[in-house]
Amino acid sequence: MNIHEYQAKKLFADHGITVARGFVAATAEEAAEAFNKLGLGRAVVKAQIHAGGRGKAGGVKLVSSAEECAELAGKLLGSTLVTHQTGPGGNTVPLVYVEAASSISREYYLAMLVNRESAAISLIFSTQGGVDIEELAKTSPEKITTLTIDPTVGLKPFHLRKLSFAQGLSDVGEVKQLGSLLGKLYQLFLTLDFSMLEINPLIVTDQGEIMPLDGKMIFDDNSLFRHPEIVALRDNSQEDSREVEATSYGLNYIGLEGNIGCMVNGAGLAMATMDIIKHCGGRPANFLDVGGGATEDMVRKAFRIILADENVQGIFVNIFGGIMRCEVIARGIIAVCQEMGITVPLVARLEGTNMQEGRKLLETSGLKIYPAENMAKGAELITSLVRR
Amino acid sequence: MAILVNAQTRVITQGITGKAGLFHTERSHEYAPRFVGGVSPGKGGSTVASMPVFNTVHEARQRTACNASMIFVPPPFAADAILEAIDAGIQLIVCITEGIPVLDMLVVKRALARSSSRLIGPNCPGVITPGQCKIGIMPGYIHKPGKIAIVSKSGTLTYEAVAQTTAIGLGQSTCIGIGGDPIIGTSFIDILPLLERDPDTEAIVMIGEIGGDAEIAAAAFIKAEVRKPVCAFIAGQTAPSGKRMGHAGAIISDGKGGAMEKMAALQEAGVAVASSPAEIGLTLERLLRGRLSR
Repeated sequence: MNIHEYQAKKLFADHGITVARGFVAATAEEAAEAFNKLGLGRAVVKAQIHAGGRGKAGGVKLVSSAEECAELAGKLLGSTLVTHQTGPGGNTVPLVYVEAASSISREYYLAMLVNRESAAISLIFSTQGGVDIEELAKTSPEKITTLTIDPTVGLKPFHLRKLSFAQGLSDVGEVKQLGSLLGKLYQLFLTLDFSMLEINPLIVTDQGEIMPLDGKMIFDDNSLFRHPEIVALRDNSQEDSREVEATSYGLNYIGLEGNIGCMVNGAGLAMATMDIIKHCGGRPANFLDVGGGATEDMVRKAFRIILADENVQGIFVNIFGGIMRCEVIARGIIAVCQEMGITVPLVARLEGTNMQEGRKLLETSGLKIYPAENMAKGAELITSLVRR
Repeated sequence: MAILVNAQTRVITQGITGKAGLFHTERSHEYAPRFVGGVSPGKGGSTVASMPVFNTVHEARQRTACNASMIFVPPPFAADAILEAIDAGIQLIVCITEGIPVLDMLVVKRALARSSSRLIGPNCPGVITPGQCKIGIMPGYIHKPGKIAIVSKSGTLTYEAVAQTTAIGLGQSTCIGIGGDPIIGTSFIDILPLLERDPDTEAIVMIGEIGGDAEIAAAAFIKAEVRKPVCAFIAGQTAPSGKRMGHAGAIISDGKGGAMEKMAALQEAGVAVASSPAEIGLTLERLLRGRLSR
């Protein structure tokens, strides 16, 4: 789960990490008011979306009057911002953050994330932070230091020494400040179950203070049950509305560009179903995993979500029932076909537990459902039916 | 023989009094009667499914001499259940639970490294040696004792591979669902050496997915160490590159984790890679025929 920068800054502040003062605004008037409350004559207006690369896309700008602030906020609010991290569709800007402009002496890069290969927490740091960090990773990887932290050992003073010497940080006061900040961030990472925390840039102000100027936090979805305060920060406007709806039903759905709707049990088989459709020359409209314990009602909801995509010209149901029983799926399909009067071709491959019963239900339903004895035949059939 | 589980395995279920735990204990025990009890804190002394229930794994181990555990404990408590099984010295721990917090698993992974226990999963279908022992949620009847080992990150896709190898009359030695979570107890490179040494396994089917680099490591291992024929499929060839985890993910992964890269590495290691999930059985058949005629 992602949150906005202004929410991340609040979490920083709540955990004793200094950030610039700022106010969130939902309208141009509120933005002007925020500017006046800061009372500095200069502020930064930052579009709030769940993606990085905002600066380059025009979503972060310096303003020097309340009027200018209101005008920019008015332009940004409700607009769609496309950055290299949003995908071509971009994200709508629901809010702007009006923040006190900081005097920047240097820009560092800092991230912590769970590293699946080493089963540890990786800490990434570079004194050359800012907008071109990915370029730096390619051209001068030696300028980026990555530390691996054993979670049962924790972040220790030697980590800080390793980092400081590798990065050539020689100002003792600065290293001390950095150490204190890293300690707090590492603790926050563990306390709130982050998957990733990225601060780019982490600035050193003209006064020599180290401060996060941005904050990107991604939380481990599996851990949200123990963080209701984080769940409350969710902004569904930043997610695909069909994906949000599917999640609320316990379905795993990802919308794609094609025209063949898929309903499958199991993530691996769902991906493999997309692969085989492509293999046959078709284009999948979605990834949809109904999970291991789907009920009749979940099948109905899955169909509704698939058919809400107007590009869908055919549906392929691919089920290998283990725990899931085929006759349950068949009943769900029949019910939804009768309710919705589905007009696009529907191919159903039911295999596994109670498959005879499931196939028979479909056969005797009087509905036009094409049976397929295996996934290869099913994929070929739906591809040819849609092409026709 | 086979690997991990056989007719001598003695299994308990942690979370045996839960709905899913009980259901799958009964199904697994019906398939092959290897279950000797269960653990459910506070319910020790009772009996479910004609099996004794204990309060702790230690007690269960002392009383039943179990050497394996199947875990059906809900996600908030599952990591603790795995740690308890490690502490009790259970040799094989199979965790079916889906949705365990990643940071919990980091601690489990470190505890495993200091122990002699092996963890399969979490978020996996389990392990089966057909005809001898089933620990997990896979439908038993699709399996057939035979010579092909299947090791897979995916659940239902494993069933697909099982059904295809059964359909061509080969059957399976042992099938292992290692799970698709970011942090798992046992990876491809941990299973492959066991299969290479297993006299009951003549060929290996490996099913991977996009994400991570476990398949790349497996390819390197196969090239260096595995002499048995290996066939593979990688799911997600057409998946769009997912929403990115900021810059940090890109810096760490260095663009790795795609299906094409994994398939190329496996092919380079001499693995027969099926391009379609429906051709796993066919690819294997061709590979074995090629071997025999040489």
